[in-house]
Amino acid sequence: MTLDTIWVYAEAADDEVSSTTLELLTKARELADDVACVFAGDGDDVAEKLGEYGAETVYAVDVDDALVGPPVAAAIAAAIEAGDGPDAIFLPTTYDGRDVAARLSVKIDAPVITNCTDVELDDDAVVGTEPIFGGSTMVKTKLTADGPAIVLIRPKSFAPESADGGEADVEEWDTPDLGSSAGATVTDRFVEESDGPKLDEAAVVVAGGRGLGEAEKFSLVDDLAKKLKGAAGASRAIVDAGWVPYSQQVGQTGKVVKPDLYIAAGISGATQHLVGMKGSKTIIAINKDPEAPIFGIADLGIVGDVHKVMPALLEALEGR
Amino acid sequence: MKVVVCVKQIPDPADPGALDPETRTLKRDVKLILDESDSYGVEMALQLVDAAGEGEVTLVSMAPNGERSGLATALAMGAASATLISDPALVGSDALTTAKLLAAAIKDQSPDLVIAGSESSDGYTGTVPEQIAALLDVPSVTAAKSIEVDGSSLTVQRQTDAGYDTVECPMPAVVSVTAGVVEPRYPSFKGIMAAKSKPVDEKTADGLGFSADQVGWAGAGQEIVDVAEAPAREAGEVIEDDGEAYLKIVSFLEEMKVI
Ligand SMILES: Cc1cc2nc3c(=O)[nH]c(=O)nc-3n(C[C@H](O)[C@H](O)[C@H](O)COP(=O)(O)OP(=O)(O)OC[C@H]3O[C@@H](n4cnc5c(N)ncnc54)[C@H](O)[C@@H]3O)c2cc1C
Ligand SMILES: Nc1ncnc2c1ncn2[C@@H]1O[C@H](COP(=O)(O)O)[C@@H](O)[C@H]1O
Repeated sequence: MTLDTIWVYAEAADDEVSSTTLELLTKARELADDVACVFAGDGDDVAEKLGEYGAETVYAVDVDDALVGPPVAAAIAAAIEAGDGPDAIFLPTTYDGRDVAARLSVKIDAPVITNCTDVELDDDAVVGTEPIFGGSTMVKTKLTADGPAIVLIRPKSFAPESADGGEADVEEWDTPDLGSSAGATVTDRFVEESDGPKLDEAAVVVAGGRGLGEAEKFSLVDDLAKKLKGAAGASRAIVDAGWVPYSQQVGQTGKVVKPDLYIAAGISGATQHLVGMKGSKTIIAINKDPEAPIFGIADLGIVGDVHKVMPALLEALEGR
Repeated sequence: MKVVVCVKQIPDPADPGALDPETRTLKRDVKLILDESDSYGVEMALQLVDAAGEGEVTLVSMAPNGERSGLATALAMGAASATLISDPALVGSDALTTAKLLAAAIKDQSPDLVIAGSESSDGYTGTVPEQIAALLDVPSVTAAKSIEVDGSSLTVQRQTDAGYDTVECPMPAVVSVTAGVVEPRYPSFKGIMAAKSKPVDEKTADGLGFSADQVGWAGAGQEIVDVAEAPAREAGEVIEDDGEAYLKIVSFLEEMKVI
């Protein structure tokens, strides 16, 4: 049993389609006969990549510098109103993806299922799986309402696979009149400088937490990440404390990472941290508290002081 | 300047709770507290009204069992009054229904600004604030790190994957605030005493114009069909550092061919 049509809300940064978009497309292909994308921006910039991953059409909405929620949701709702709507719409769990899903749910008066890490069909009803309590319990929710199923899916839930498809057709949608919902406009974009691989794509992630003691000691994490050609991540505790920027946060409200190796230094392993890194292939944890929950999921746990273990490790790796 | 803050009252996350096997909702029979995610919104609102030199911060919360202890905390921080939407019929309400009821209660107050949390600690759908904005038909900015008011418009720093965007937005508007961006004040003794006499206006679903079949499980448009333990990840070896544990990591790295 498959659905007729699924739309995927596609995201890109600097014309590069996000890996989450490709993950969602891969899943959509499995569940529906026809797959199309909705994109805020110039459809020609992304038609090749989205086509390769199975989208037949890219519906493009010109939003200029507006925040995407209101215009994209209104454009999708207009298409649904006109009778061209899909059976389901998949969106990535990002701030923009959530904005579009939320606005759309009001427009078409249909619920959203959120934080899904898997989607399946029960006849033609959409069932989403959501991890709760740090991923120790999985809840399946079936949508019973009429109208397209709106599904927010977490990054790294599926492995992206090319469909070897040709370039997608681009169809421009009119920018809808938003009335009194209009007006939120981006006037400036600030991008944190970072070198090395991206946090959510790196094969190795070294992450630090409050156990490092002070901001300056994050250099231990940075140095080890550099040494292993990986990316440096952080717990929310030290992001909130201002030691490192939010773009480095791993977890429920930060990035989801699935590297081959994750090294956690001075991180307790709160459930909200675990949901962001539990899928790592191998996990090494260093923590002075033998009862720290992080040890419950670590392949190698070192009960010790980060200020002793990390410098010794860095020294041992010197010159290698 | 009139600011309404949406505050959710939740079971203490330090006491993680459980799913009720009968109703398959989070058990809510424990005492509820102010969601930490919303303490930032309360603080932000108080600071904005302070900076404006005039105005008022009021609260709106929806909780099925008449719970007020979380509201009391926010009132003690300095909010002037609260609206509590409470009705047994609301048990099982999804995010959209929650947003509809909150929006109905907010509409009556015609605020300049509505502040909410980016996501709640227990539900974390992250959709309620934007749904409220859509229902009120006003613009919105989610994931705010900071808010500045300039006449009838806002300048907001909005968190992004890579850094932040500066967003201009006319009022009235809804803004959701991310955790950790301000330091929520501790209620003073005076604040706690004053909170006891601050008005809390209780509303029912019916009183806001919703019938029983529009809210709770009946109105949710979804049902929980399965709850299961996830396959546990096996813990590996845990060793005590004797000064040489780093060597163990080195051999792990060698084995994985990372070095
Ligand atoms: C809604 C919500 C969303 C959240 N989202 C996230 C998220 O996305 N990501 C996230 O990480 N958190 C998130 N959190 C916060 C989370 O609950 C924890 O508070 C946070 O992860 C703790 O960070 P930590 O492990 O660095 O600090 P702590 O929990 O304070 O742990 C520090 C650890 O360091 C150890 N330590 C101390 N000194 C040393 C030493 N010298 N050597 C070795 N070890 C030492 C201690 O034993 C302790 O285990 C969220 C919370 C909420 C409510
Ligand atoms: N029951 C509720 N009462 C008041 N505010 C709520 C409620 N549910 C959600 N909110 C607001 O919406 C934000 C996001 O919640 P959520 O969509 O559940 O992640 C919260 O931080 C609150 O500000």
